[in-house]
Amino acid sequence: MTQYIVRRILVAIPTLMLISMIIFAVLALAPGDPLAQFALNPAIPMETRQRIRESFGLDKPWYIRYVKWISSMTQGDWGFSFSTKSPVIDIVFQRVPQTLQVVGIAYLIAVIIAIPIGIISAVKQYSFFDQLATLLAFVGGSLPSFFTGLSFMLIFAINLQWFPMVFSSTIELNSAASLWQIIKQMIMPISVLVVQQTASLTRFMRSSMLDNLPLDYVRTARAKGLKDNTVVIRHVVINSIIPVITLIALGIPGIFAGAIITENLFRVNGLGQLLVTSIQNSDTPVVMALAFIFSILVVIFNLIADILYGILDPRVKYS
Amino acid sequence: MQIASSWKRSAALLAAALLLPLLVACGGAAPAAEPTAAEPTAAAAEPTAAPAEPTAAPAEPTAEPVAEKDSTLNILYWQAPTILNPHLASGTKDFDAAGVILEPLARYNEKDELVPYLAEEIPTLANGGVAADSMSVTWKLKKGVKWSDGSDFTAEDVIFTWQYASNEKTPATTASNYNGIANIEAVDANTVKITWKAANPDPYVAFVSYSGQVIQKKQFEKCIGEVSMTDAACQAANLAPVGTNAYMLKEFKPGDVVVYVKNPAYRDAANTYFDTVEIKGGGDAASAARAVCETGEVDYSWNLQVPKAALEPILAAGKCEAVAGGSFGVERIVVNFANPDSALGAKRSEPDQPHPFLTDLKVRQAINKAIDRKAIAEQLYGPTGVANCNILVVPTSVDSPNTTCERDVEGAKKLLDEAGWKDEGGARTKDGKAMTLYFQTSINTLRQGEQAIIKANLAEVGIAVNLKAVDAGVFFSGDPGNDDTLNKMFVDIQMYTNGPSGLDSQPYLEGWTCAKVNSAEGSWNQGNDGRYCNKDYDALFATYAKETDPAKRTEMAIGLNDFLINDVALIPLINRRTPNAKIIGLNGPTHNTFDSGLWNIHAWSK
Repeated sequence: MTQYIVRRILVAIPTLMLISMIIFAVLALAPGDPLAQFALNPAIPMETRQRIRESFGLDKPWYIRYVKWISSMTQGDWGFSFSTKSPVIDIVFQRVPQTLQVVGIAYLIAVIIAIPIGIISAVKQYSFFDQLATLLAFVGGSLPSFFTGLSFMLIFAINLQWFPMVFSSTIELNSAASLWQIIKQMIMPISVLVVQQTASLTRFMRSSMLDNLPLDYVRTARAKGLKDNTVVIRHVVINSIIPVITLIALGIPGIFAGAIITENLFRVNGLGQLLVTSIQNSDTPVVMALAFIFSILVVIFNLIADILYGILDPRVKYS
Repeated sequence: MQIASSWKRSAALLAAALLLPLLVACGGAAPAAEPTAAEPTAAAAEPTAAPAEPTAAPAEPTAEPVAEKDSTLNILYWQAPTILNPHLASGTKDFDAAGVILEPLARYNEKDELVPYLAEEIPTLANGGVAADSMSVTWKLKKGVKWSDGSDFTAEDVIFTWQYASNEKTPATTASNYNGIANIEAVDANTVKITWKAANPDPYVAFVSYSGQVIQKKQFEKCIGEVSMTDAACQAANLAPVGTNAYMLKEFKPGDVVVYVKNPAYRDAANTYFDTVEIKGGGDAASAARAVCETGEVDYSWNLQVPKAALEPILAAGKCEAVAGGSFGVERIVVNFANPDSALGAKRSEPDQPHPFLTDLKVRQAINKAIDRKAIAEQLYGPTGVANCNILVVPTSVDSPNTTCERDVEGAKKLLDEAGWKDEGGARTKDGKAMTLYFQTSINTLRQGEQAIIKANLAEVGIAVNLKAVDAGVFFSGDPGNDDTLNKMFVDIQMYTNGPSGLDSQPYLEGWTCAKVNSAEGSWNQGNDGRYCNKDYDALFATYAKETDPAKRTEMAIGLNDFLINDVALIPLINRRTPNAKIIGLNGPTHNTFDSGLWNIHAWSK
C-alpha cells in the first residue's frame, strides 16, 4: 500500500509540472491587458501602460516567464497580483473561509440530504416519493445556477425582502444577532448550490442501491429473517455507498474551486469570484496560482478516493 | 490576524451548521435558544421598510438599532477596489476607494470648478500662483493639516508624491501627470513651487483630481521604484495608506470590501457624519441598481451601465434617485481613413493606404446624416445618455453651439448619388463594387443594440453593414499582437466612448493630428485610430497649442471641434451620462465629469 502511494505521488509530480506549463502557456497566449480599463484615458498614455507591463515582466516571452514562475514557486513564492500588488498567496487565503462557508456547507447539506433520498427512492422504487424525487432531481440538475440564483434573488431578496442581496464579509461574529445575519445571507447562495448538487448525488445513490438490491446476499439476509430496515441499512446501504463515497471525495476539490457563477451573483468573496475577476483583469499570477492549486487538489483527492476505495472494499487490492 | 479570525469564524459556522439539526432534533433545548436569535431579525428588517414612508422617516425611528445603522454609509461598486494606493491603481474603483482616505491639493466639483482640498486656495494668474510665462505654479497648502497617524502634512509630502509617481521604476498609473515637472521646491513648510520642464498651459495637471492624491512621505519613503510592488512593507502600505481625509482605513479585503472609520485627526472631524463607510465590490451593475433602488440595502451605487429598458423600472421603484450629469464621455463612430482590406497584408490599415471610399467627404456626410441618434438615445440610453453632435462637450464652455446633426435620410441618399454610388436595390455600387462596411465595437448589450439600429439606418440609404463585436478586454487592450484592437482598427468603422481627462482640452484634441496617426511603426499606439490627417487641422491645432489666454483657448477649442465635425472626421453619437444612484435621504453625492463621484465624500450625510 505504502509503495502504491509513493508511486502515485511520484507520478503526480511530472503531471503537475505539465499541467502548470499548459495553463501558463494558455494564459500567456490569451489576449488581454491588466490595464485595459485605462486604454482610452488620455491621462494614462500608452507609454505609461507599456512601462507598467514591463515592470510586471510581461514584455518577456512566456517560456522565460514560466521558468521564473516555476523556480520561485518551488521556493514558496507565488508572486504578486497585478491588481493588488500584494502576494498572491495572501489573497487566496483571504478567500478560502468564505468559499468553505458557502460552498463547503452547501456540499455538506447536499450529501446529507441526497443519501437518504437516494436510499428511499431505491427501496420504494416507482412509488410516489421516488417519482417526485426523480422529477425534482432532473429539474434541479438541469436548471443552471444563474437561473435559480437570479430567480431566488428576485423572489426572496427583491420581492419578499427576506434575505439580503449583498453578501457582507465584514459582519463580526459577536452575538446571536450577527450569527443570524451571517446565516441569513448564506441561505440563498447555499440553496442554489444545494439544489444542483443534491440532484446528481441522489441519482447516483439511487442507482447504486438498485444495483445491490436484487443481489443474492440481500436475499440471503432476508431469508435469515432479518428486519427490512436492518437488511437495507446494514447490508445494502453499506455496499452501495462505496462508489458514492468515491464520488463525494472527487467532488471535494470542486469546493475549493468555489462556485463561480453563484459567488459572483451573490457577491460572495470566495475563490470562484477571485478566479473570474482575475481572468477579466488579466491578473495572470492569481489565475495561475488558483488553477495550479485546483490541479494539486484534484490530484490529491483522486489519490484519496482510490485509497478509500481500497479500504472500504476489501476486494480491491493495491500493490 | 484578519485571516485567522475569519478562519475561526468559518470553523464556528461549520460547527453551527452541523449542530443545528441536532439542536432542532433535541427539541427541549432549541425553543429556548431560538427566540433570542430570532428577535434581532425583526429589528434588522425594519430599516429597509422605513424609507418607504418618507414623511415618517426623518429624525426618529426611536429604536436604537435604526440609529446605529444610519451612521454607516454603504456604497456598492460592481467592480471591487483592489489597491488603495492611487498611484498604482488599476481602475477607477481604486482611485475612488483611495480618495476616501487621501486628498489631492484640489478637486473638481460638479460644475467643473476647482475646489481647494489640501491647498489653501487655487493658484491662478490673477493671484500670482500661476506664472505668466506658464513655466511654474505655486500652491499654498492648508496649515495645520494632520495625517491620521497624528503627524503633520507638509510640503515634503507633496514633493515626495511627485518623486514617487514620476520615478521610472515605479509602476505608477499616474506618471504622465507628473512627468512634465522639472522640479518642486518647498518655498516654506506650507508652500510648494512646481517648475515645468516646458511651458505648460495646464497648471492643474498635477496634484489635482483623482490622480493628484498626496501620499505620506513617512509611509512610502522606502517604496520608490520597483520595491513599491515587491517589498513586503510597501505591499502592506499600498493596501493601507495613511491619509488626511475625513475617513481612515479600518479593514480592507482586496477585491471585496473596504471599511473606513472616522479620522479623528481630520481638520473638520466634528462635522464628519458617518461613523463607518463601507465600499463593497463585485456582482453586476443591474443588481447593484436594485440593491439601492429596490431593496435599499445600500445607500449609493456606482456607474449603472444598464440598458434603459432594464434601468428605468428599477429607478422607478421609488427608493432612489439617479445622480447623473456632466459627461462620462462621448460615444462615437470612428471612421477609418486607411484601407483595412485584408488583401493588403502587412500594409493593411497603414496610413499610406487611403480608404477606397471613406476618404470621400460626401460618403462620410451621408453616413452621418443617415444615423438616427435620437432613436439610439431614447430607445437604448434613456437616463444614461443624450443625442449629441460634438466630440468635445466638457467643460460646458467648450461645447460648441454651432453644430447640428438631425437625421436626413433623403439628404444622405442625395449625397451618395452625387458621389457616384448607384442605387439599384440592395447595397449601392460604384465601378462594380458594392458599398459594404465592417463595423466593430466591444461586446456589451447596449453597444450591440446600437449596432443593430445603425445597421438598419445605413441599410435604408443603401449601405450594407457587417457587424463584429470584440471582447472588451481585447478591444481596449492596445495589444500590438492582436488584430481585434481598436488601435489597429482593421475595419471600416468602429464605436466606443472617450472624452477628455481634464479641463484642458489640448491632449484630447491632439488625438486627431497627423503626428498621432496609428501605424505599425509606432505599435499602433499613438492614439489617432481613424488615421485622420488634415494639414488645416494641424495648423489650427498648432496655433491653439501656443495660445495661453484662457478665453481665446476656449474659442479655439470650439473651432477645432467644429472643424472635425464639419469634415466628418468622426461621428459623435451620444453624450453619456452614466448615472450613479443614491438612496433618497442621502445628501452630498453629485455628478462629476473630471473627478471621482466620491470627490466630496467628507461632506456626505443622511
